Amino acid sequence: MAGMQTWTDRKIEEIVADLLRAGVAISALVVFVGACFYLARYGHTPANYGVFNGEPTDLRNLHGIIHSARQLRSRGVIQLGLLCLIATPVARVALSIWGFAAEHDRLYMIFTGIVLIILLYSLLGSGSAF
Amino acid sequence: MNILEFTLLLAMGSFLAGLLGSLTGLGGGVVLVPLLTIFFKVDIRYAIGASLVSVIATSSGAAAYYVKQGFSNIRIGMFLEIATTLGALGGAFLAAFVSTRALAIIFGVMLLYSAYLSRKPRTPQERNLPPDSLATRLRMNGSFPSEEGVRNYNVQHVPAGFGLMFGAGALSGLLGIGSGAVKVLAMDQAMKIPFKVSTTTSNFMIGVTAAASAGVYLNRGYIDPGLSMPVMLGVLAGSLLGVRILMKAETRILRLVFSLVLVLLGAQMIYQGIAGKI
Repeated sequence: MAGMQTWTDRKIEEIVADLLRAGVAISALVVFVGACFYLARYGHTPANYGVFNGEPTDLRNLHGIIHSARQLRSRGVIQLGLLCLIATPVARVALSIWGFAAEHDRLYMIFTGIVLIILLYSLLGSGSAF
Repeated sequence: MNILEFTLLLAMGSFLAGLLGSLTGLGGGVVLVPLLTIFFKVDIRYAIGASLVSVIATSSGAAAYYVKQGFSNIRIGMFLEIATTLGALGGAFLAAFVSTRALAIIFGVMLLYSAYLSRKPRTPQERNLPPDSLATRLRMNGSFPSEEGVRNYNVQHVPAGFGLMFGAGALSGLLGIGSGAVKVLAMDQAMKIPFKVSTTTSNFMIGVTAAASAGVYLNRGYIDPGLSMPVMLGVLAGSLLGVRILMKAETRILRLVFSLVLVLLGAQMIYQGIAGKI
């Protein structure tokens, strides 16, 4: 009964809601695991965020973050979780294109495509974060 | 203060920020940046990075809840996202060339303005506006469930709303906030969209806008895992609780408390920016 005609904004929104919930849950879990390692390792060193040094390069781009997380470095694992979180709204926009396609709404496929291109440009093109 | 104490205190502060943010519909970022810089003595650039992350968490967490209720209008949201994401990219690039003192002062003014907006009584909306030709062509008019059954609405002044959204995006990229207040203003006041539709659609939009500038900030090294971790987890827990409380709480009192907090923080930020303490 879930034929093409039954696709409505509502139905798309429900799928989107599940995607959002999953994205947030996964990233929170990864961040939490990283946090346990991080606090066990650095919990007793003094906190100092008053001076801005910027993050080391391996925590600034996708390649470095994955490399760091694979070696189970706590800060790398947390950063990987944060990346999942940043990817969640992007995945949502991508999913909406598919939803508008199912509704045969060309106009909104174009609008959503433009938003996706701007997002991908920001993530991939601007400073090559990935 | 060692990292363990710092993390626990910050997680508690972020929990309150997320709770306040989702209860008032203004987002947690406006409270987080001053909380981090003033009370935790964090450099404003790290604070902006952590706040952006928390905006995405709040937006995605709460949107999953609102979307099921059928309030948010994905067409309006997606169309206006073109303006906010472009604005956010521009703002994030500009942020590298603006001094931290200037950022603090801009932020303080933004806080005071948000306080004013959150106190401003809403004018009774003319409900049966004629359809606007541009909005009709863009298929933006919709309906939502209200107390008196399903209510239809006709969207007005699309170009003005689009322009305001560009400004909201630029502020978001510059300051690391969702700028939900400006988005609600654009939809509610300029485009005459019902308030509930405006706030829930704004909530959906702030996460996408924040994601547009997050890539730039990550690449610049503003997003610190040790700092963002308690902020993200705290804000997320706070906003999930807030969404549930929202149904029963008296919003008038919440808004009053929230705007008082904003005035205090805003005045403090401006003072510190002028005195050069940031």
